[in-house]
Amino acid sequence: MQWTMVTVIGNDRPGIVARVSAALFEHGCHLGEASMMRLGGNFTIMLMVGHDGDASEVEAILVPVTGPLGLRLHVDRIEGHLHDHLVPDVRVTVFGADRAGIVAQVTGLLAEAGLNILDLESDVGGSEQAPIYVMHIEGTVGEGLERLRTALAGLADTGIDIRVEPIETLIG
Amino acid sequence: MALLEILAYPDPRLKQVSEPIAAVDNALRALIADIEETMRAGPGGVGIAAPQVGHFVRVVIVDVPPRKKSSSHGRQVLVNPEITEWDGMVIGREGCMSVPDYTGNVIRAERITLHALDEQGLVREFEMHGFEARAVQHEIDHLDGFLFLDRLVSRRNDLFRRKIYQAPPG
Ligand SMILES: [Zn+2]
Repeated sequence: MQWTMVTVIGNDRPGIVARVSAALFEHGCHLGEASMMRLGGNFTIMLMVGHDGDASEVEAILVPVTGPLGLRLHVDRIEGHLHDHLVPDVRVTVFGADRAGIVAQVTGLLAEAGLNILDLESDVGGSEQAPIYVMHIEGTVGEGLERLRTALAGLADTGIDIRVEPIETLIG
Repeated sequence: MALLEILAYPDPRLKQVSEPIAAVDNALRALIADIEETMRAGPGGVGIAAPQVGHFVRVVIVDVPPRKKSSSHGRQVLVNPEITEWDGMVIGREGCMSVPDYTGNVIRAERITLHALDEQGLVREFEMHGFEARAVQHEIDHLDGFLFLDRLVSRRNDLFRRKIYQAPPG
């Protein structure tokens, strides 16, 4: 199976996922892993599409759907496969008053401390006058949990709250 | 002793409700030994339930080593286990030997009280919390035909939101 990564973004409205996946199914494509999120009121989705043909063929299948809906479409051939999950062993939660540079600062320290990020999502809440920033990260750090805590300790003074918790996955 | 074959979802037999054990005898102890050997051969398994290896009887084995913040009872064979009290809710990540290459978040009770028969047929009562309580709830689910897939919650934060903003059910 050849995989392509399909990215669709645009104004959100009900039924986009259904129409996109129906078009792919009708043309014999397989769906792999996908992630859809609403970001700033925008519809965003990334999905692995299995199709043994050229990436442009996948694009041709989807343009009749995305075009009339005013969505932007991007298709890339990827080197990827299913059944390749990494299991996170640590969760980092960061929150505080929103200000420029939080993400760069935190993720920079995390990378230095050896964290491999598998999943990151962040949100801005609060009010327009006093926005707050909340970020959840899951990743793998192996034996380096304490190193991670130490690396982040310095940020406490900057008014950012950080929680580092191990994730223990039960296999039973 | 023998390694047993582990049933994998979507095998419909995993949805079956298992039968109580009528008598704890040598035949059962032999089966328990095989089930345990199968659990130990698996990757990091801290628990196993008889129906996962195609025996639809109410037997589970757990072996959760004590951890820094969380005591546990070590290896326990639980025959006809029954949870009598649940307390607290906690989210945690689970996988299953019957569901390869997939893990997800599941809400479980933080503390449970249960009774069961042991391998000698004696009644035992336990109070468990944390990871061990999670393991037992996961395994007893197998006896009732449930997988952790039946209890998945979103990987995002709706649990925390729900917990804070919604009154508990009931
Ligand atoms: Zn299981």
